[in-house]
Amino acid sequence: RRWSSDPDVSVVGLYCRWWGSDPNVSGCSLLRRMEICVAEAEKRSGRNTVNMQEIFTVYLIETRSMEAVSEGHNSAPDSLWRRYSEFELLRSYLIVTYPHVVVAPLPEKRAEFVWHKLSADNMDPDFVERRRVGLENFLVRVASHSVLSNDKILYHFLTEEHGWREVVYETGFQAKVMNSPELVIQDSCCVSLVVQHALLHFPSGPWYYVTAYVIRRRFMDMKHYSDELQSHTSQLLRARARVADRLYGVFKVHGNYGRVFSEWSAIEKEMGDGLQSAGHHMDAYAASIDDILEEEEHYADQLKEYLSYAEALRAVCRKHELTQFELEMASQDLISKKQQREELATGIVRTFSFKGMTNKLFGQEAPEQREARLKLLEELIAEGEDTVKEKTVECQEHVERAWVDMQRFEEQKDKDLREALINYAVMQISMCKKGIQVWSNAKECFIKM
Amino acid sequence: MSVAAPRGLASSGQKPIAEVLHPLAAAEEPLSPGPDVTVDDGGDQEAVLTNGTPVETSSPASASSLFNRLQLEDDLEADARDLYVSTETRDLFVTVDDPKKHVSTMETYITYRVSTKTTRIEFDLPEYCVRRRYQDFDWLRIKLEDSQPTHLIPPLPEKFVMKGVVDRFSEEFVETRMKALDKFLKRVADHPVLSFNPHLNAFLSAKDLNKRQGLALLTKVGESVKQVAGGYKLRPRPAEFCAMGEYLDTFSQKLGTIDRIAQRIIKEQSEYLTELREYGTVYSSWAGSEEELRRPLEGVASSVTTCCGALEDLSENMSQDFLPVLREYVLYIESMKNVLRKRDQSQAEYEGRLEAAVLRKQEDRTPLPLEVEKCQDKVECFNADLKADWERWQSNKRQDFKQLLTGMADKNINYYEKCQSGWESLITLLQDKQTEDKTSETN
Repeated sequence: RRWSSDPDVSVVGLYCRWWGSDPNVSGCSLLRRMEICVAEAEKRSGRNTVNMQEIFTVYLIETRSMEAVSEGHNSAPDSLWRRYSEFELLRSYLIVTYPHVVVAPLPEKRAEFVWHKLSADNMDPDFVERRRVGLENFLVRVASHSVLSNDKILYHFLTEEHGWREVVYETGFQAKVMNSPELVIQDSCCVSLVVQHALLHFPSGPWYYVTAYVIRRRFMDMKHYSDELQSHTSQLLRARARVADRLYGVFKVHGNYGRVFSEWSAIEKEMGDGLQSAGHHMDAYAASIDDILEEEEHYADQLKEYLSYAEALRAVCRKHELTQFELEMASQDLISKKQQREELATGIVRTFSFKGMTNKLFGQEAPEQREARLKLLEELIAEGEDTVKEKTVECQEHVERAWVDMQRFEEQKDKDLREALINYAVMQISMCKKGIQVWSNAKECFIKM
Repeated sequence: MSVAAPRGLASSGQKPIAEVLHPLAAAEEPLSPGPDVTVDDGGDQEAVLTNGTPVETSSPASASSLFNRLQLEDDLEADARDLYVSTETRDLFVTVDDPKKHVSTMETYITYRVSTKTTRIEFDLPEYCVRRRYQDFDWLRIKLEDSQPTHLIPPLPEKFVMKGVVDRFSEEFVETRMKALDKFLKRVADHPVLSFNPHLNAFLSAKDLNKRQGLALLTKVGESVKQVAGGYKLRPRPAEFCAMGEYLDTFSQKLGTIDRIAQRIIKEQSEYLTELREYGTVYSSWAGSEEELRRPLEGVASSVTTCCGALEDLSENMSQDFLPVLREYVLYIESMKNVLRKRDQSQAEYEGRLEAAVLRKQEDRTPLPLEVEKCQDKVECFNADLKADWERWQSNKRQDFKQLLTGMADKNINYYEKCQSGWESLITLLQDKQTEDKTSETN
């Protein structure tokens, strides 16, 4: 059951167009205009925020305009150096500024899911190299995103080395960081409030009910899916690390054959040469596992990318819940204020209120006071209506854009992971071929014994 | 071919110590006859088969040594690579197979079918088929050792197994043991001297092996008698036999190491297998929450399962085929060492007697007694036999290890081939799906 073929989805399309925005808009992606790569990594030393000497790694970002590339200009690319923490800042900014986008993740901060031989040291050259690849992947993904690629801060990050941090902080994005705790929205009340709100303020039609349900179901499913994706990728990474560990052991023990065959060959006449050569092949076999597992790390990195992507997806769903919640709160507030106005105007107390009770106890207030209070209420109601409109727009916009981006993410994920699995199979086949080769060589030696 | 009906073996009285013959005793030693053999009374030590054909007595001083020297010349002329007697010249074929369990009130045991095909005149019939149990093989081996002290007797698989640790009646154990027994018998049958031993003849042809009871006791007694009788001071070994001894020690050590490595590999593979199985299930459970990715993920899980099966086969094969042969060679080495020791004793006796005789000669001019000359003969024959056996053993060893190690390589190649095809079928599956999708999109 693909969402694109779901009959309800086309209704959502209608819904989006009703709001005058086209979900299929795609800006001219930055990547079409510019070639980006992370070319090198270098160690630097400097003073950190607490004025202590530290060693860190910087990465060279090279950019070249596509015109220059296509015209065959062999001009040197523009370049600048950035460290990992700057990438982190960029990503935080993008997540806050574009909460409907499932933003590509960065490569891991610390080496995780390591199997014993693999270093957990951030300074290890293999780790740095894999990080370099991951950072380039991040930039490419972000620069090819229809929305993110138009961002000025991103452009600045790629082109101006100095003063970038200050520019980012100036945007004040940190204030918008979603600090709300995990919201557990009760499904039933959520639906009724949204529907009620839709009935009260906008022309209604039967398809509104369907639409609201579809939206809610979609985001719920995606949130649930993000949990599943996170769980499965992390399980797989753990299991793979254990398998790698054991496989390493099997290969390395074969190295002992190399030594004992060599020792044995010393006491043999006719068998000596064959044994000695076979021993060398056993040594080669034992040594081959290092490269095999190093190559497999690339597969692990792809899994790690989608482990982090799961979190990004979850964030988009949470933002939806938050905007819904805020809209509902604003709507409820508006409704209660309107009720208060009605009571004040008609003098009929329909629901319990403090004012109603004091009226009963102490008698009704003077007409001037009533007038003043009514006037205040009218102002509040006007404000409240603006807030509701604002929140509605925020909510709807998030739904539309997130809907589109979640679709994009789903398609990208299916394509990427499918490719990753195929590549994994190819790697396994290559390993099998190597194994056959080594043992065939050893067999030749044994036959000649 | 007739198959002997399973029944209990006949028991007989214990043989007194005095009647147990020392292997280095006088040349014409009477052999313990099989049931089809009658011994003439009157001191004539020539034993005959019931049909009147004389049994060839294998005497260390005369016939066998002569035969050996002839055989050695033949061997030298033979093609260096053709180490086994070619099938055209071989005239005795034996096979051990068809294990069967027998349950009686006293005990439960396994018998094996021993089939023989031969054109030799020493045998009455061209074909035989009898059932034997391990005890019978053990009897044969002891008889061979006793009657052919100068020759290397191939080893048997381990006699005693700890009950409760190893299941004596499990298919694997019986299979492994049977292969070893088959190898033992084939080696004896291929040996130019041992194959003519009347005990072998009896073993292969007699319906009922009339063995003495208390075999274990006999063995122990026999050994201690040998040691007591060989009470002469040991002399330094000649260089070539020293070299043999050193070789055997080193070789034994290396085999031990290889055994340990192979066991370790099996253990590591078993742990790898455990993790691999778990790994496969993670892919399966992930597939459950995916739509487009379900098939690729399930495909990976299935390929991983294929690899698990292949790995299991590899480990099992190594356990069953590789390790037992390795261990049996260690026993073979022990046998060879024993023969070397016996040779040392023979040399010790000769040189001891020679010394004593020389001293006496110096005193009262008595000529060297005949015994001393006979001892000298014995030593020389022993040495010659041993050297011939050594060469044979070396070339057999080369063949055996060639086969063993090639087999190990083959098993590993087979494992990787199975895994490779498992992963290749996944790629085919995914590529088919891709073209399927493309055609449906264009439609």
